Amino acid sequence: MDYSKILAGKAKQIKPSGIRKFFDLAGTMEGCISLGVGEPDFKTPWMVRDAGIKSLERGKTWYTSNAGLAEMRREAANYLARRFDLHYDPETEMLVTVGGSEAIDLALRAVLEPGDEVIIPEPCYVSYAPLTQLVGGVAVPLPLKAENGFRLTAQELRDKITPRTKIVVLPFPCNPTGAVMRERHLAEIAKVLQDTDILVLTDEIYAELTYGTRRHVSIASMPGMKERTVYINGFSKAYAMTGWRLGYVCAPQPLMQVMTKIHQYAIMCAPTTSQYAGIVALRDGDEAIEGMRDEYDMRRKYLTSNLNRMGLTCFEPEGAFYVFPSIQKSGLSSEEFCEKLLMSKKVAVVPGTAFGASGEGFVRISYSYSVAHLSEALNRIEEFLKELSHE
Amino acid sequence: MERILKILEDNARLPLEDIAAMADKTPQEVAAAIDEYAKAGVIKGYKTLIDWDKTDETRVRAIIELKVSPKKDRGFDEIASTIALFPEVDSVMLMSGGYDLGLIMTGSSFQEIALFVALRLSPLDDVLSTATHFVLRTYKRDGVVYADENKDERGYNFL
Ligand SMILES: Cc1ncc(COP(=O)(O)O)c(C=O)c1O
Repeated sequence: MDYSKILAGKAKQIKPSGIRKFFDLAGTMEGCISLGVGEPDFKTPWMVRDAGIKSLERGKTWYTSNAGLAEMRREAANYLARRFDLHYDPETEMLVTVGGSEAIDLALRAVLEPGDEVIIPEPCYVSYAPLTQLVGGVAVPLPLKAENGFRLTAQELRDKITPRTKIVVLPFPCNPTGAVMRERHLAEIAKVLQDTDILVLTDEIYAELTYGTRRHVSIASMPGMKERTVYINGFSKAYAMTGWRLGYVCAPQPLMQVMTKIHQYAIMCAPTTSQYAGIVALRDGDEAIEGMRDEYDMRRKYLTSNLNRMGLTCFEPEGAFYVFPSIQKSGLSSEEFCEKLLMSKKVAVVPGTAFGASGEGFVRISYSYSVAHLSEALNRIEEFLKELSHE
Repeated sequence: MERILKILEDNARLPLEDIAAMADKTPQEVAAAIDEYAKAGVIKGYKTLIDWDKTDETRVRAIIELKVSPKKDRGFDEIASTIALFPEVDSVMLMSGGYDLGLIMTGSSFQEIALFVALRLSPLDDVLSTATHFVLRTYKRDGVVYADENKDERGYNFL
């Protein structure tokens, strides 16, 4: 059979991740220390796991309604109002999804026509561009700048808008840079978009993991923005629930109807067990989040102070669980740096270019690891840098 | 301030500079705080967690239950402090429930511990009875899992 004739052109055109091989290698390497993974090291809080177990004991093993358990949506609405001053109607403006991932896909599929442009500020999480291309959309990368702390500015956005622009992705708090958009930065962006028909797709999956005294602010809570925003959140990061595959999306009703339709045919419903666990997470999980955030915050400070000392300068990441140090001092490209570090010291970090061309000159280091693990990795990185400077 | 204690409890060997960065303090402030804690008896000392089962040295641990007769005016304190003086005894605790004092002790063999109980503890005037339970295997101690390697099961999914 000639599979090349069978496979769809659009699917074939999606660039395979160039660093896949590199990760596979790291995975099989004996004694390799990874600072690579993008998921929490914590276990899901016990009461949340227990709620999932209890639901199974009671035999709650059926599909839920397409939009998700009514109680889950109600709790999500309460949670969003309590934490972020966001007000969505759980009946008509909310859908429970298979992680934030499905929510991103649904939003793009619901609105994009072939040729429509999606502005994607980079470096960012890797799924927006391929999913845009799959439905014939055009991914328009917007390179963010280190000197702006990898925040999106109004001018940068204005420069990328064309008559074909349909969506702007707002990937903050940002994986991989740790950048956060504060209220005044968002206000600037809101001003640019207010009188347009451009939708914002805001991926706030790291909303709970912002550090410092200021709370996370959502663009959807700003005047005039809710009607033009698709809001995405999930349980993976805040509650350490990656494997449960649970998230949700909020949007104005006309959009929600179409997203729900696609979800109904493609997915049916998010995992039932996970939804029962999710209810408890949303209702009683604030304290657990606090505990994990506190721990991440200490590791974040530990890493940034040591990396800066070694000359891998990083601006202070205010969110998520990554630092994004500059490796320019090494004279290597991001990929060379990562490959050499892996080969000579068996430490795996991710090249910034994995998250967009503008990630060149940086690497992503995850701190979803214990301090002891980070400390061993830092020792090896320091040795590596010393050896490099003697070469 | 509690943050410094929390950091030390997990990683007593971290350099002052690192603790300072993690706690938003200067290294001098951290050093001073640690001194204060030590003076106030909040910090009792620093130890290393060693899994002796993985070495050539034999170490035997035992938990010993004691029933004792309390003194009229000093209750259990007198006998407890007497027992605490034995260097072989790691911990002495007043217990609720079926017995009065719980001891944890370490020795180089079962016999050594048995002899200690028979020759040193039992003869004490206020000790009414003893029950010795030897530790056969340690799975977790002081928050650290000993039995199986703490393997990172997260997939190599880096994105
Ligand atoms: C920015 C961002 N959005 C979305 C996701 C997908 O998360 P999930 O589908 O587990 O909710 C991730 C996962 O790494 C992410 O980093």
